[in-house]
Amino acid sequence: METALIAPASYSFLGIPTILFSILIPIAGVALFTYIMAIRIAPLVLAAPDFRFNRIVERVVKVVRIWLLQWRQPRYKTAGIIHIMIFAGFLVLGIRSTSLVVIGLSEGFVLPGLGGPLGVVYSFFKDYAATMVLVACCLAAYRRIVVKPERYAVPSKYGKDHTSEAVFVLGMISTLMISESLFEASAAVAQARQGLHVEFIAPLSLAWIFKVMLTWASLSTLQGIHIIMYYVHDLVFFSFLCFLPMGKHFHVITSFFNVFFMRIDRGNIKPVRHGVADDKLDDLESFGVKKLEDFTWKHMLDFYSCADCGRCSDNCPANAVKRPLSPRFISIKGRDLVFKNYPLYPYGTPFTKGDDLIGNIYEEDEIWSCTTCGACEQECPLGIEYIDKIVDLRRGMVDEGMVPQSLQKPLRALEKRGNPWGKMEKKRADWTKELPEGCDVKVLGKKASAETLYFLDSITSFDDRMQDIGRATVKVLNAAGEDFGILGKAEKDSGNEVRRFGEEMLFQDLKDQNTDAILNSGVSKIVTSDPHAYNALKNDYADLPPVEHISQYIARKVKTGAIQLKAAEGNGKVYTYHDPCYLGRHNSVYDDPREAIDAIPGIKRVDMEKCRDRSFCCGGGGLMLFYEPEEEQRMGVLRVEMAAKAGANVIVTACPFCLVNIEDAIKVAGLEGSMEAIDLAELVDSHIEA
Amino acid sequence: MEILVCVKRVPDTAENEIEVNSDGTDIERDDLVYSVNEWDNYAVEEAIQIKDNVGGSVTVVSVGDEESEEVVRREMAMGADNGILLSDDAFEGSDGKGIATLLKAAVEKGKYDLILTGAQADDGAAQVGGMLAAMLDLPYASLVNKVEMVDDKKIKVGREIEGGNQEMNEIDLPCVLSIQTGINEPRYVGIRGIRKVASVEIPVHGAGDLGVGADAVGAAGAKVKCLDYYVPELGEGAEMLEGSTDEIVEKLIELLKAKGGLK
Repeated sequence: METALIAPASYSFLGIPTILFSILIPIAGVALFTYIMAIRIAPLVLAAPDFRFNRIVERVVKVVRIWLLQWRQPRYKTAGIIHIMIFAGFLVLGIRSTSLVVIGLSEGFVLPGLGGPLGVVYSFFKDYAATMVLVACCLAAYRRIVVKPERYAVPSKYGKDHTSEAVFVLGMISTLMISESLFEASAAVAQARQGLHVEFIAPLSLAWIFKVMLTWASLSTLQGIHIIMYYVHDLVFFSFLCFLPMGKHFHVITSFFNVFFMRIDRGNIKPVRHGVADDKLDDLESFGVKKLEDFTWKHMLDFYSCADCGRCSDNCPANAVKRPLSPRFISIKGRDLVFKNYPLYPYGTPFTKGDDLIGNIYEEDEIWSCTTCGACEQECPLGIEYIDKIVDLRRGMVDEGMVPQSLQKPLRALEKRGNPWGKMEKKRADWTKELPEGCDVKVLGKKASAETLYFLDSITSFDDRMQDIGRATVKVLNAAGEDFGILGKAEKDSGNEVRRFGEEMLFQDLKDQNTDAILNSGVSKIVTSDPHAYNALKNDYADLPPVEHISQYIARKVKTGAIQLKAAEGNGKVYTYHDPCYLGRHNSVYDDPREAIDAIPGIKRVDMEKCRDRSFCCGGGGLMLFYEPEEEQRMGVLRVEMAAKAGANVIVTACPFCLVNIEDAIKVAGLEGSMEAIDLAELVDSHIEA
Repeated sequence: MEILVCVKRVPDTAENEIEVNSDGTDIERDDLVYSVNEWDNYAVEEAIQIKDNVGGSVTVVSVGDEESEEVVRREMAMGADNGILLSDDAFEGSDGKGIATLLKAAVEKGKYDLILTGAQADDGAAQVGGMLAAMLDLPYASLVNKVEMVDDKKIKVGREIEGGNQEMNEIDLPCVLSIQTGINEPRYVGIRGIRKVASVEIPVHGAGDLGVGADAVGAAGAKVKCLDYYVPELGEGAEMLEGSTDEIVEKLIELLKAKGGLK
């Protein structure tokens, strides 16, 4: 085909054929990129194992949803839309940029399949894609430089601000868009001037605007622009590629893999070491993560993939109350350490074996501050995991004896008595003594059997206030005509937090004792009013009868009519439902509790702004009740204020720990009298049609 | 530095409800859980920290029945190198002096630069440390809340005095110290740690091994004998509040208000 301009593949500058650059730039770029990637992959090879090559279909679905369709991005509307614009543009322009590299070698090159009408369609989209990306880059830069959203800020203890890196990359992307469009526009103008075939340029696209701007440029100017822009694009393209693995833009490369390998199940905790069965744990030399290489390769890939967007920390309750934890910096500090210990310029020893992480990179209080609420993981658009990392670090600390005194007592009590308060086992069923006449509870064992087990867990068994939840649950089960019983002194703490606080062997003991007791009781299903127990029995234990939370049970029984509820007394009460983390985020039970509340005729219920999978943790359960964190205020107080803002005056929870924290918070916030908290079981019990 | 720490297995006050048995000879022991005496745990932690700083070894010794092996093992899981159990039927019913006699014999079987005890035991009378030092004719510092190494001849030890002030003393080695809680933060001993030392052999020394005459220890050698355990009668002006926690709190507030303590 005749062309008006000499293509980069045939052009000469000062007697040097520019095709030389077309060859050298890609070779140098690819070689450098390969070298960098080899260094980056090295720590992943040395890392702990992680079994993620399974359940391919589910993983592909994750990739389609979270990576390709950017499912989680619009949770932050402005940034999300900007990101989707850039991401979609990249997908479209990746093809164009690759074929441009080849065009430098062979001017007529067209990617197979893009020769015919498909090529025209592609070209149309590509022009708009470049335009869209440039617009998005400008918006993003405006946000970074002018708007400066709070979540991008870097607190001084975590080092310097990351804005310059972000803006630099936006500049690179913009340069790519502009150079590509100018390359195309200059050719189009020249072609048109010579009356030759003009490639279609989408109207009002960037290339189209350039075409208009260049209408009166001389042919030699056009030739100059054409060649210079080609090599600007070529150079920036490969520089960009090699710059990506240097920092937070590594996610451009790793995100696909990170999402593919992301957590599929929720509510569970990774095994101490993949490939080592629970009964072989005693043979392990060391437990948990103590040094960098103790992390699994996926967890290191997480470090690489963090885009520094700050969504995790923006939703982290610990961060909100100024505990010394910001999940974003768990990743950033991890990444910085990998980069430091596996440098690209290996002077002397190539790789340094890391020091202890605790005390050098992470602080003890930072790692204990996490309530494992899961808000960070729910939010991360890249599928980065935090809970397993935190738990692994805690396992390492427990193994080294680094456990705060405030947690040692309850852990010892759990070991000796099966509950964190050290209460006597034989008193575990004492709460039943205050049940009303005719409301009996069987203690399952040799003499008594039942179809359903009501598993209370420690707090409902022993805490004066929470025993009310136990009694309310019993009355609800009775009203529904359930044949049920409890384990009494054979029940031990479910160990949900024992495991999440890193004391794996103690958890295994508790699990074994409970499993034996449950299986021996001969029940065919389990119901519990404690989401932490629900989570542990469902996700941490194995081979148990099916487990149901009382909210699911109530929702089910209300539907069948087995439970009839009487109308709410108006009296100005506005209810709001607080989603417990271990019911909502970890187990996706969002609707049943709401349906159970709404089944009370005439009840007025509103949702808080942060609800469902964005629910805000009340302060944490289990052992977290004993931990004394450094914090400026209580999470519960923030939560109570959110409820007030939503216009509610009764907070309904479905978790004894939430009730403890929220009732305390109401007092701390000075809202006694204007705000109250109640458990779902209590609410339903008080509305049962007698 | 060769360090010996004397530890005791006691009913855990945090995890038990202590009640006197019906005939007043002992507390009700059916449902008790035991652990290492809290003060002794601090002493072991201090010994391990000293060892980590200046080298040497830590040995833990306990007088008791075979179940006391559990606490010796726990302290070994914490980081003590050796454990010794002094156990013999003849030791049963020993008073403080009897226990000190047994520990003295154990000390003399080894060579120690520093001997630590807890300042007192949950179920004890805070007497063994002092008696042990006297019997060994070694210098003794009690209620120690600070230990600083000087050289291999002497160390500095601190004691809290009235008003939150600190006293520092110099003491020659070898010596006996009774350790106060709060001197450090004892490390956590997990189930895994205990299992790691589960099969370590812990030597058991009886009366014969220690060369202690049966009449010097045990009930036979005891010069102090427990007569009775009972719940004291309510004295003038004393009142026990009963009921659930809420009820007790309510009554207390009423009382405080009634007496003008609360306005």
